Amino acid sequence: MPVLLEATLKSAVLLFVLLTGFAYLTVLERKFIARLQARIGPNRAGPFGLLQPVADGLKLIFKESVTPAQADKPLYFLAPVLVVVPALILFAVIPVGKGPTFQLASDINVGALYVVGVMGVAVYGITLAGWASNNKYAALGGLRASAQVISYELGLGLSIVAVVLMASSASLADIVEAQMPGNILGWFIFRQPVAAAIFAVTAMAELARAPFDLVEAEQELTAGFMTEYSGMKFALFFMGEYVKMIAVSALFTTFFLGGWSGPFVNEFPALSVVYFAVKVLACLLLMIWTRATLPRIRYDRLMALGWKVLTPVAIANVIVTALLIVLGVPGFGS
Amino acid sequence: MGLKDVLTRLPVGFWTVLKTLGRRPVTIQYPEQQKPMSARFRGRHQLKRYEDGLERCIGCALCAAACPADAIYVEAAENTNEARYSPGERYAKVYEINMLRCIFCGYCEDACPTNAIVLEPIEFPTGYTRESMIYTKAMLLEPPPPGAPDTPQQTPPGKYDRAILPFPPIDESV
Repeated sequence: MPVLLEATLKSAVLLFVLLTGFAYLTVLERKFIARLQARIGPNRAGPFGLLQPVADGLKLIFKESVTPAQADKPLYFLAPVLVVVPALILFAVIPVGKGPTFQLASDINVGALYVVGVMGVAVYGITLAGWASNNKYAALGGLRASAQVISYELGLGLSIVAVVLMASSASLADIVEAQMPGNILGWFIFRQPVAAAIFAVTAMAELARAPFDLVEAEQELTAGFMTEYSGMKFALFFMGEYVKMIAVSALFTTFFLGGWSGPFVNEFPALSVVYFAVKVLACLLLMIWTRATLPRIRYDRLMALGWKVLTPVAIANVIVTALLIVLGVPGFGS
Repeated sequence: MGLKDVLTRLPVGFWTVLKTLGRRPVTIQYPEQQKPMSARFRGRHQLKRYEDGLERCIGCALCAAACPADAIYVEAAENTNEARYSPGERYAKVYEINMLRCIFCGYCEDACPTNAIVLEPIEFPTGYTRESMIYTKAMLLEPPPPGAPDTPQQTPPGKYDRAILPFPPIDESV
């Protein structure tokens, strides 16, 4: 069973990289936001605060794990898992480098569909956490999560449809290949700027990160859906959020920034992984920069933005793209 | 917020935040770096001495009476000319301040007839246990001035009969 063995090994490496990435993304975020606010950030645990995630993790492991007396126990325990697992398996279809060596299952021909589907599952975790905690703040957070994610999933899916139209394939490996006519202008961010903008905004809303973090709006809902969670269960939610941040950045890179493409990838295939990582890192920094800049958006405006602006614009974008492809305009279609 | 605002004002905001990257952090890394403090800052208590090394505290416990947080405990004992700690009849054998109760109001300073207890801008009380936050006399007492002997001292009879005045005079101008 060499295929199974290979897939298992790749998954193990991917999981290791993702979990390490999650740990250091928390440090990166805290340090970068601190610099953006003229502060220093964590610098006490180890050199430059590099052992901070270890300290945080140890602290969370030794915290008491509290379960509310009236909680719906099975769902209460299931919810954090439902948040983390979709975030992790999202990576299965993302080509992180050139050639099958660096790809797990990126050649499946419904990759884009899989991405939309798996991202949709993650909201169950948040909604169930809010429901099962038997806490008013958690319930309100969960309610907001379901409304918000359903509204923004439309725009997200439609922006991906435009990309799929451009590549004439829903396989993520093909989408990357379609962005390589030899120069940087082949990237879909230049050929599909509207779809890229919509994807960026809706993905941020899917992640429920600032400025769309109404799900856990501290000032109104204490901690929203995770109010009743502590210890490692809280850590799982935290992990889910950050792994999803990495996953969404990887998706943006794959859909709009040419994936692993870059100079000299044909000579040195390993270089493609570096390009991919650099692009993902740039997306992550952009996300953190956004969080440091924008205040939280009001709830009715969040809904208005999703339904009245992003969804119609995304539909129009799909129609225009389809028309341009049918008319055979240069740069559209393959 | 219309499209015009998104295109004009959002970039300004993003740029403002990014510009901060070039600024020096305003953080003061506390234990290593410290802000200069006012000379009158009411920090930790210190028990003062006279120039000849004798303790100012005479164990009258007026500070304990004045303390609104009930943080001070004083136990007095008799001075003798063979083992003298302070001028006058008595000295503080036990002097404890519970730093967890103290609210640093400075009423003990006001109550003290000999200016023995002073809140100084030095070393803020910190600790891991409740016990370690009870500061004893040994921790509160300042070291004897240079050249002066520590207490208890052997003193000639009759020289230190009075606890407060006329010897040594207290400089009230400070």
